[in-house]
Amino acid sequence: MSGRMIADKVVKYILFASAIISIIIVLAIGFFIFRESIEAWTELGIGEILFGTVWRPGIDQYGILAMIAGSLSVTFGAILLGVPLALGCAIFLAEIAPAGVQAVVRPAVQLLAGIPSVVYGLFGMVILVPLIRNINVPGNSGYGLLAASIVLAVMILPTIASIAEDAIRAVPENYRHGSLALGATKWQTITRVILPAGKSGIIAGVILGVGRALGETMAMIMVIGNSAIMPRPLSSNPLTFFLSQARTLTGNIAVEINYATGIHESALFATGVVLFGLIIVVNASARWIIRTQKYVEKAN
Amino acid sequence: MKDTKLETINYSLYYGKFRALKDISIKIPKNKVTALIGPSGCGKSTFLRSFNRMNDLIPGVHTEGSVLIDGEDIFKVDPVALRQNVGMVFQKPNPFPKSIFENIAYGPRVTGLKDHHKLEEIVERSLRSAALWDEVKDNLGKSGLDLSGGQQQRMCIARALAVEPTVILMDEPAASLDPIATLKIEDLIHELSANYTIVIVTHNMQQAGRVADFTAFFLTDESRTGQLVEFNETKTIFTNPRDRRTEDYITGRFG
Amino acid sequence: MDERSSEIALIHKAQALNLKKEQRRQSFWVALMWLFGLITVSILILVVGYVLLKGGTAINWEFLTTPPKGGLSGEGGISTTIGTTFYLVGLTLLIATPLGVGAAMFLIEYAGEQSLGSKFLRSMISVANFAVETLAGIPSIIFGLFGYALFVSTLKFGFSLLSAALAGACLVLPTIIRTTEEALLAVPNDYRRGSLALGATKWQTLYRVVLPASTPGIITGIILSVGRVISETAIFFVTLGGSYRMPTSIMDSGRTLALHLYYLAMDTRAFDKAMGTGAVLVVMIILINLLIDFVSRKLTAGVRRVR
Repeated sequence: MSGRMIADKVVKYILFASAIISIIIVLAIGFFIFRESIEAWTELGIGEILFGTVWRPGIDQYGILAMIAGSLSVTFGAILLGVPLALGCAIFLAEIAPAGVQAVVRPAVQLLAGIPSVVYGLFGMVILVPLIRNINVPGNSGYGLLAASIVLAVMILPTIASIAEDAIRAVPENYRHGSLALGATKWQTITRVILPAGKSGIIAGVILGVGRALGETMAMIMVIGNSAIMPRPLSSNPLTFFLSQARTLTGNIAVEINYATGIHESALFATGVVLFGLIIVVNASARWIIRTQKYVEKAN
Repeated sequence: MKDTKLETINYSLYYGKFRALKDISIKIPKNKVTALIGPSGCGKSTFLRSFNRMNDLIPGVHTEGSVLIDGEDIFKVDPVALRQNVGMVFQKPNPFPKSIFENIAYGPRVTGLKDHHKLEEIVERSLRSAALWDEVKDNLGKSGLDLSGGQQQRMCIARALAVEPTVILMDEPAASLDPIATLKIEDLIHELSANYTIVIVTHNMQQAGRVADFTAFFLTDESRTGQLVEFNETKTIFTNPRDRRTEDYITGRFG
Repeated sequence: MDERSSEIALIHKAQALNLKKEQRRQSFWVALMWLFGLITVSILILVVGYVLLKGGTAINWEFLTTPPKGGLSGEGGISTTIGTTFYLVGLTLLIATPLGVGAAMFLIEYAGEQSLGSKFLRSMISVANFAVETLAGIPSIIFGLFGYALFVSTLKFGFSLLSAALAGACLVLPTIIRTTEEALLAVPNDYRRGSLALGATKWQTLYRVVLPASTPGIITGIILSVGRVISETAIFFVTLGGSYRMPTSIMDSGRTLALHLYYLAMDTRAFDKAMGTGAVLVVMIILINLLIDFVSRKLTAGVRRVR
């Protein structure tokens, strides 16, 4: 075998090794985070961690239900605000905007995706929080679910909008023409044919937005208040729920990990395990939906 | 020719700077089948799409001259209203990813009909007119995509009929079908011509000879611009064409 | 007129009435979609405009060239944090680029190979693809937690540039792999066949023909990764420490611009300086977006020339 043949073989194995690295990293992430959390799971008990409502490291109370509630509440708020805007934006870009307008809006959406999360957090602290503080409800600090939901809605907008736009654009042109030729208006065509046909991709985009929302950390810490309490309405008006302070799973980890030791540190890794599990489930379901869609398209 | 349904006068169409159709004047008679024939790329499909303004959807298209339906300028009619009156069947069957029932009911629904009983009536009548009812009446909930190609195309014809148009445009409706399915479509066209004005683009001269009452022959000039060479009753075109180029084409000397 | 034609006349009348209604409805919804597009652009202008205007006043030569004073004062400039940012970007990409490009080359160029008949290799490739997708969805804080557990604690690298860069490399790896894969897929197969036909080995073909042709795509991936390292915060918050001094070795702690912004806003409440830092960050991100736009335009131009 000549030298260059040997080199060819060697390179192949080197490249193979780098391809395998991704697998190793995923496994290592799961392994290390889980390993560090074992102490908490065994010492405190799974039920105590998952369903305990009190997080007070000083007295060794490590229930993360409040953080789960916090993460889900702020994600819900962000979806409520962000999804209509993102879908509207996607429909606008894919079906309505003239080329010249698209050339302005699309880069704007891209840039929104690129702005660092701390910049959004800072904007929230300086602009949104003082505005929200003006709402006259006792106990309203301005920091809380509302500010966090608004910030998060803007952060997930580009994710959802760009995936949904792709899904809409992927709808075959002959559906569009078929509908228009039957005397449907453009808007009827969009709502009755195009959106149903692109449904899977759009839903997958929303789910990936949920994944992004659950994982967001720094901007949340900056505007949500970080009290490790179950979010609840501040007055008899249920809407004041969104003025409540809260803490997210991500925030719980980031705020305390740098000084935590022992069982406290382990409980933070347990928080990480829960977050990791949630994200894996969310992303896997998005992937599953996209895959079934591809399968259906092939069947056609 | 007593009753003209569609008419173009000195009609030209441009894709940007490129002139795809030049100075076409034609009178298409009511409740007859008119075939548009000619070699591929001669602009006959583009011309067909002029009658329901589907060319409007292509960026950069503009036109000169006029197109009339029942004597009225179609560019003064709302395109959506125009398309409710002028139905279209595409070259490749394009059912929506919905049930057979919903495919047929789509047009009536978007044009405002909500009464389910009425919709059922229309679906049945349209499918009967398209000679598909007996094949699908027990499976109306089945996806339109599960039908065979020929069935899909007849469903698309039924779908167009359900809107109650007066004109039906067909862009090589049998191009992707096998001979038996093609024959069924041709029979159908023949039957429909009693109540509808049908304009059909076809590659296949035998097909034009079989289904069309009138035939228009298109050809491109040296700058690839489509022109109308000759328009007459089908039998005249086939037996006694006035233009030398028509004769060359139908006797198979080129194209 | 018979019954049928009078029925049709009625239907046509109803259709005309309905069309008016539908067109009003359409105008409303289309206007709303325009509004949504407008809102999106306005949000961007609001955030970027505010940060640039407010932060712009804090930026001057001194701010950019003096180090932060540290402590709780929030005084001083941002020179060392700019330095740390570049240091970390360089180190992260030094680790991630060869791995990512190598992985993509294997996944694209070797996956279809005949000699790869072994079931083991084939299943490894599909698992690797799955892993890349999974990595792309994992949030920054989880990478941070992983880096903290493995590099900071277990391997005892401490809070350091090295720990942060290793964790950061895991974070940007899927980006580099995906963009490189796309670039490789865009290289016409004739290039490969031509080179192989001349007697070159697979690796020579890849190195001399395929890689050069896909360089703009790979560069796009690298620039995207630069953007992520600059803007990600959570991952470095738990791996980089937070020292405001200029790191002198890869074992030193430090803080990036984004981290510095966080500390200024949360710990010292120095909002003016935080805005200044934010403005610098936003300018960097805008430049990176423009650069990506420029490179990808080159890329498509190149492909067009090829075809």
